[in-house]
Amino acid sequence: MSTNGSKPLLEVEDLVASYPVGRGLVGAAKREPKLEVHAVDGVSFALNRGEMLALVGESGCGKTSTAQSVLRLIETSGGSIRFDGQEITGLSAKDLRPLRRRMQIVYQDPYESLDPRFRVGATIEEPLQVHGIGSKDERREEVKRALELAGLTPPELYIDRYPHELSGGQRQRVAIAASLVLHPELLVADEPVSMLDVSVRAGILSILDELRDNGLAVLMITHDLSTAAHYADRIAVMYLGRIVEAGPTEEVLLAPRHPYTRALLSVVPEIRAVEHVVLTGEIPDPTRVPAGCRFHPRCPALADGSADAAGVADHCRGTALPVLPAADEHSCACHLVAALVAGGDRT
Amino acid sequence: MTTPLLALEDLNVWFELPGGGELHAVRGVSFDLEAGERFGLVGESGCGKTTAMLSIMGLLPPNATVAGEVRLDGENILARGEETVSPHRWDDIAMVFQGAMNAFNPVQTVGSQIEEPMHLHGVAEGKLARRQAEELLERVGIPKDRADRFPHEFSGGMRQRAAIAMALACEPKILLADEPTTALDVMVQAQILELLVSLASDFNLALILVTHDLPVVAQVCDRAAVMYAGEVAESASIDALFHTPKHPYTRLLFAATPDLRAGGERVASIPGAPPRLDKPIVGCPFQPRCDSAFAPCATETPLLKKVGDRHVAACHLNDHVREPATA
Repeated sequence: MSTNGSKPLLEVEDLVASYPVGRGLVGAAKREPKLEVHAVDGVSFALNRGEMLALVGESGCGKTSTAQSVLRLIETSGGSIRFDGQEITGLSAKDLRPLRRRMQIVYQDPYESLDPRFRVGATIEEPLQVHGIGSKDERREEVKRALELAGLTPPELYIDRYPHELSGGQRQRVAIAASLVLHPELLVADEPVSMLDVSVRAGILSILDELRDNGLAVLMITHDLSTAAHYADRIAVMYLGRIVEAGPTEEVLLAPRHPYTRALLSVVPEIRAVEHVVLTGEIPDPTRVPAGCRFHPRCPALADGSADAAGVADHCRGTALPVLPAADEHSCACHLVAALVAGGDRT
Repeated sequence: MTTPLLALEDLNVWFELPGGGELHAVRGVSFDLEAGERFGLVGESGCGKTTAMLSIMGLLPPNATVAGEVRLDGENILARGEETVSPHRWDDIAMVFQGAMNAFNPVQTVGSQIEEPMHLHGVAEGKLARRQAEELLERVGIPKDRADRFPHEFSGGMRQRAAIAMALACEPKILLADEPTTALDVMVQAQILELLVSLASDFNLALILVTHDLPVVAQVCDRAAVMYAGEVAESASIDALFHTPKHPYTRLLFAATPDLRAGGERVASIPGAPPRLDKPIVGCPFQPRCDSAFAPCATETPLLKKVGDRHVAACHLNDHVREPATA
């Protein structure tokens, strides 16, 4: 965002999204306080046109909730989302509609996201009809253009088919075509290839890659670091509702700072073997976020004493970290990394 | 030559289709396995890897026909169908089914479900069975007091550990694991894979890991077979598959797999789709998608041939390169 002076297309600041959690009949009778889980608990990032940001993390880390909040598909309970400079968190459905066509989403599962009774052409045309765009012939041309963009050529071969006549990869291309037909500026891709066979994944990802090169802003949600490594410009790693580390893809991958990112990178299965840092346990219940650093109960730096040696262990256990602000450069929310950087500055 | 622990010999499986016709799902699969060896079966969806495993277990649906041999310590367990398979099922060969972690009975405790195969196979009863179930749970990393809990009280990773414990209930020699980590997060996946490796070495358990994920196989297994359209395209040590593949499909599959440390390199998809298995296949099944196909590929079926030490591949290129002047 600072390189060419233009404003980012999407600016998210201190975003919070929470869901109510049932307290049960007994809980309600006892008038226990209503519980809620903060799926997204302070997330900030910015996304430029022509840029692909990968939001990576394990299931339950809040990456999909973040993406859905950005599109206002779920309501936020705090923070701000600016799309092309305009705050969208408080907008009514009516005021939001003109913006909706500028932001689109591709879902994970093309076997479920396409209506089995709609022909390919009808699926892709539907957004145009919803927004009342063009005559019938014009819409037909737009549908063909979208099919071509998604690599389904010649479009005539696909336009009258039903989803069941298509392979998984072709279905996902149809879903992408339907998202492109409105000429969006922002595309959210929620695990776009995780349901597909390895041999066709690269084809889908290279479509997104090309769209990005042509100016589309792409927010990719993925649990697969290897995919992010190949395609994203920047990576933001999420843990328990927060971004713990973000930065340019190569820097995050080659010089990860946060102990969680380091562990996560080390366990990605690879064809060439590397030494693993397997964390014990699983992600804690998000209704009971640990005090201090939310990663500290599983942190290898606390277990191996390096946090103690740096004199930050008490901070890790007791001092909450501020929300990581949106930044272009490599940034990380960790007491130990902060202490090491400060120590390095002094010498 | 010593007898391998498990050997598949020209295994074929056909499914009768409801509208008439047949689907030839497994087409002449052969490979063998030594005690304590970790073997990977890799391929895309629909390539027949799960069907091959189910035929080893004798658990194919009634509309399936099997031909060929599955030899356990030299004995063909498919010889007389259920009669010859059932003594070995779960006692010698056990399986962690795909999605097993979601298949627990929700109204029975996890411990009692792990005991069930012990009762059914006469391995242990009562308190002894309970104690063995608790030991198994501890071995797979679950505190033994959790035996009295119900499946919904377990996380996904714990349920997968419990499914592995259940497969080990009758102390099998061979464990078939079908996509055991597919639905799991990468950190939990790492835990489960570590567990499988340690179980294999502690119990001298032979492991067949079925997966679509090459890096997972590379991490866990010693050898692997790459399957395509119901056939073994190539089988070799992981090193040989990666460094000196003798089948274009193996090479292209590696090239299509993103690698964390490959920098900005783009991965390449394989154009096209696998052939339909309900129609006869003429020539090499991979020929329409192959980047190195030549004259014989469209008409002659390549046979699985030895191309190195414990390395076989079914590709005409190998004959061509080796004996350029024949014919």
